[in-house]
Amino acid sequence: MPHQISVFMENRPGKLERVTDLLADQGINIRAITITDSGDFGILKLLVNDPGKACDILTGNGLVAVLKEVVAIRVIDSPGGLRDIGATLTRHRINIDDAYGFVLRSGQSAVFVIQVINPEEVEVILKNEGFSLLGEKDLYQL
Amino acid sequence: MKILDEKIECISSEGMRSLQLERLQRLVEYLTKNSQFYQGKLEETGVAAGDIRELSDLTRLPFTVKADLRDNYPFGMFAVPMREIAEIHASSGTTGNPTVVAYTKKDIELWSMVMARAISIAGGTPDDIVQNAYGYGLFTGGLGVHYGALELGASVVPISSGGTKRQLKLMHDFGSTIITCTPSYALFMAEEAREMGYDPRKSPLKVGILGAEPWSDNLRREIEAAWDMTALDIYGLSEIIGPGVAQECPYKNGLHIFSDVFLPEIIDPVTGRVAEEGESGELIITTLTKEAMPLLRYRTGDIVTISHGTCECGRTLPRISKILGRTDDMLIIRGINVFPSQIESVLLQVEGARPHYQLVVDRIRGLDTLEVQVEVGEELFSDEIKQLQGLKEKIRKEIESVLALVVDVKLVEPKTIARSMGKAKRVIDRRSA
Repeated sequence: MPHQISVFMENRPGKLERVTDLLADQGINIRAITITDSGDFGILKLLVNDPGKACDILTGNGLVAVLKEVVAIRVIDSPGGLRDIGATLTRHRINIDDAYGFVLRSGQSAVFVIQVINPEEVEVILKNEGFSLLGEKDLYQL
Repeated sequence: MKILDEKIECISSEGMRSLQLERLQRLVEYLTKNSQFYQGKLEETGVAAGDIRELSDLTRLPFTVKADLRDNYPFGMFAVPMREIAEIHASSGTTGNPTVVAYTKKDIELWSMVMARAISIAGGTPDDIVQNAYGYGLFTGGLGVHYGALELGASVVPISSGGTKRQLKLMHDFGSTIITCTPSYALFMAEEAREMGYDPRKSPLKVGILGAEPWSDNLRREIEAAWDMTALDIYGLSEIIGPGVAQECPYKNGLHIFSDVFLPEIIDPVTGRVAEEGESGELIITTLTKEAMPLLRYRTGDIVTISHGTCECGRTLPRISKILGRTDDMLIIRGINVFPSQIESVLLQVEGARPHYQLVVDRIRGLDTLEVQVEVGEELFSDEIKQLQGLKEKIRKEIESVLALVVDVKLVEPKTIARSMGKAKRVIDRRSA
């Protein structure tokens, strides 16, 4: 199952640079990034090619970072692509804690990443419904 | 439980007051005759021995502060010639001259007596084996407990501090029933024991007499659970005698202060006004019966409350609270006295772990503001913003209810709070800048 890194960050100039500097220096490639802001602090979420190593780099440099399991679903990059996923999640009463998406190849495929309470169970449900899920390797070697 | 010195420990309040007055009068006479330092000080204040007619005249006497001891280094505070001195101790003196304290043979007897009382109040008897893990040497902790254990008739193991493996081995092999050390060392030893594969709950210890540093009720619960023993607080300071100034009994209603020999007052550290029963203030102590280095109204710098009711254990000795703070780090914000330790105890309750925090005091448009910065560690971190916001709100509400003051809470990254010598700088006051 793929892992995302969640990082606690104070909302101040230079904070994002520090994180990206640390990762770039160690050859970590960032696949996707989101920032949630809450006034004086925020949470940075990253999908990278080597989450374990990246997390160690960040915590080793005094940042608070944790690995979280996420579900990554392949979506066709066309109108309505996301709707089917939404409908399926609703039918199974699955609540999304947080989500983000990114396009892989324009006009062809995109990835929808969701954070849920019980990712393993959700993976099984989605697989049974015929969705194509991305495993750890698939996601990082895109 | 048997009370060692029932005549004193359960004395009526009138009995105590007349004993204190008699001793205070004798003390002022003694100092007028024997102490060069106090001769000068009393003359300055314009108080003579005959002026002490009732106990409330105490407030006419001058204060003594730590700087007096440093300024009169090494022997300027002594009220007896060196041939009368039996023992001399000194603080480490990391910030200038060390603080020197001395005892006559009779002072050592007094020390033994109050420490024997302390161990007995904690539940100790001649049947106990006291493993004394306070440092022996110039630090008064080790020898003070030692003398008290001897006086009580208990068996004492003078192991001193450190050497955790040996502590644990002897504790187990000898069957030590009482441990005396700092609370942090008690907790550290329990962790070491578990790492060595030895369950500290199976140790022979019944009671820990823990002191020499301030500690919270949370830490007490942790220590008690770790060792399966009763953990009790002891209070003392070398200027007064060393350990043995006040001791908590198993009812944990505060520390019984030996007011027959150490006369306590609680005052507002700024105005000098005497605090009401239960109101917090600085603890001031007058040593009533010491010979070598008696002190008049010594400002301990420790903030406590005092209560005078009879304790469930039957003793009438007044009880002081655990140390709530130090006058040296007291902040006055919008007229309210704030101690960093109050905030620390709130944070301990919210997170359950010793937190790193910093207080930033500022004055914005004429109004004092207090910002509490709390470092977010691994154990605190949730990657859901609403949980972090909830945590922040919870901390804010708890602090506001304890301080009766509006505060701002800010969550900050770990290790962003500057540390010097491994110790965090707790307060930044920008008001004077």
